[in-house]
Amino acid sequence: MSDPLRNFFDKVKPSFQGSGKLAKYFPLFDVFENLFYSSDRKTSGLTHIRDGSDIQRIMVVVWLATFPAAFFGMYNVGFQALSALEEINLNGGVFETDWHWPIIQLVSGLNPNNLLDCISYGAVYFIPIYLVTFIVGIGWEMIFAVIRKHEISEGAFVTTILFALSCPPDAPLWQVALGISVGLVIGKEIFGGTGKNFLNPALTGRAFLYFAYPASWSGDMAWVAVDGYTAATMLGMSAQESYMNMSYTWSDAFLGFIPGSIGETSVVAILIGLAILLYTKIASWRIVAGVVLGTMFTATLFNLAGSDTNPMFAIPFWWHMVMGGYMFGLVFMATEPVSGSHTNQGRWVYGFVIGFMVIMIRVLNPAYPEGMMLAILFGNLLSPLIDHYFVSRNIKQRVRVLNAE
Amino acid sequence: MLESYLSIFINAVFIENIALSVFLGMCTFIAISKKIDAAIGLGIAVIVIIGITVPLNNLIYTYILKEGALAWLGFPEVSLEFVGLISYIGVIAATVQILEMFLDRYVPVLYNALGIFLPLITVNCAILGASLFMVEKSLAFGESVVYGLGAGVGWALAIAMLAGIREKLKYSDIPDGLQGLGITFITVGLMCFGFMSFGGISI
Repeated sequence: MSDPLRNFFDKVKPSFQGSGKLAKYFPLFDVFENLFYSSDRKTSGLTHIRDGSDIQRIMVVVWLATFPAAFFGMYNVGFQALSALEEINLNGGVFETDWHWPIIQLVSGLNPNNLLDCISYGAVYFIPIYLVTFIVGIGWEMIFAVIRKHEISEGAFVTTILFALSCPPDAPLWQVALGISVGLVIGKEIFGGTGKNFLNPALTGRAFLYFAYPASWSGDMAWVAVDGYTAATMLGMSAQESYMNMSYTWSDAFLGFIPGSIGETSVVAILIGLAILLYTKIASWRIVAGVVLGTMFTATLFNLAGSDTNPMFAIPFWWHMVMGGYMFGLVFMATEPVSGSHTNQGRWVYGFVIGFMVIMIRVLNPAYPEGMMLAILFGNLLSPLIDHYFVSRNIKQRVRVLNAE
Repeated sequence: MLESYLSIFINAVFIENIALSVFLGMCTFIAISKKIDAAIGLGIAVIVIIGITVPLNNLIYTYILKEGALAWLGFPEVSLEFVGLISYIGVIAATVQILEMFLDRYVPVLYNALGIFLPLITVNCAILGASLFMVEKSLAFGESVVYGLGAGVGWALAIAMLAGIREKLKYSDIPDGLQGLGITFITVGLMCFGFMSFGGISI
């Protein structure tokens, strides 16, 4: 074998195992070995299903599925910011700068029509957010893995990228670190790590920040990566005026050239991710269909009811689907297998509840324009109950069949 | 009219959820939420009791206790509000007694499942709390029916969800120091996020 890396791993492995000096840190060794080589451990005991698709592979696929949204997000952050700068310059205004600015001047031009300029501008904002999320998130995961002696799960990779993508571009980094800490520790680790939580950890952290620091996580200041520049998201606008009069069109929102959180704006990029997740059967198509049906039903109901004072009543469902975090939440958050329903019929109900709640919150609650996050958290809370109903119904059915025979 | 009833209902279920927002009825909320079936049973009992006692207390308040309510007897300046607490508790205790006898006779399974906690509903602060909120909000009779049902449904929904989550958490790996009540309180805290969805506004 002329594989120096493999040789190195084989050489140090004994000191991490059994009574080795560093046995306490086996999870750390394990994660690095698994990063480069597939695991040689096999499931043993009374397992019914044997499959090569382990947690690591599933998580890496989800991670890759977020890439289109992430790269488009970077481009769009740059595009929105540079367009805003151009507008400010035309009007002879001044803008404030922070620590991002020297780096931007170093790596990026200021032309909003130049693809490369936009991407590098966006990267200057997105990469620090992702780095902070990743280091803090994986750090917590490692600490808990060593102390509680479980494996380091690649689930944390997914949680960190999803959390980073749901941040507004101008989010303060210390708040980002705080949010991912709450999400991973309170939302997941104290319940025993990946697969044992009942709320989506990325959403838990995001919701915590949303309620704790509303100024930098919602409102008009957060969405464009230029300090002091205000721009409303489409949802913010549509609460004020009819969706017909908005300055953005439906196709703008579908393609993603609108202000918003980093990863949420482009429906096209997210749909690519959805295709990957559905093809690999990681996401349940029943949940997706349930959410879409719930949205169509509720939005149409509000359209028919109508209202003179609240323009949100009139928005048709295909507009709801392209605005705000709807698609991002639907594809990457609602379909998360751990916190969602586990029974097939339950998934329909779980999805429908989310679709129903998101429209209810968006339309009826002017204080929270974005309903997707809270709707999914509500769905997570309800899902054990839904499962319980369907499982006990199935048990009753089988007992009846058994007695009839 | 319908719109204001709807907003009172949503307000009672989500924004001012008796369990998760004003933290009333915590003892039974924590103690009976280990099994989904018992939790749903208790939730239904609470819906029924709040749904009956709030409108009843509303009638008593409006026609007997409120200042000037006794005008029809010829005492326009008498106010009996100082016996409010004891009258509401009396109504609640009587209702619980009747419900208990009813369950014992017709639904013995639920009666056995609820055990000691059914009589304890008498002193459950959620029930009395709902009646006191009703007085504070000075609701009309129709509104108090809706408010009572909403408060009950909100509490029942919260305890059923908590029971579902706690059954799911049996498969979790909770650190030793947090097992039992500790993790339950954290769970309840996290549940509040899901119920914040209509917060931030007064409807």
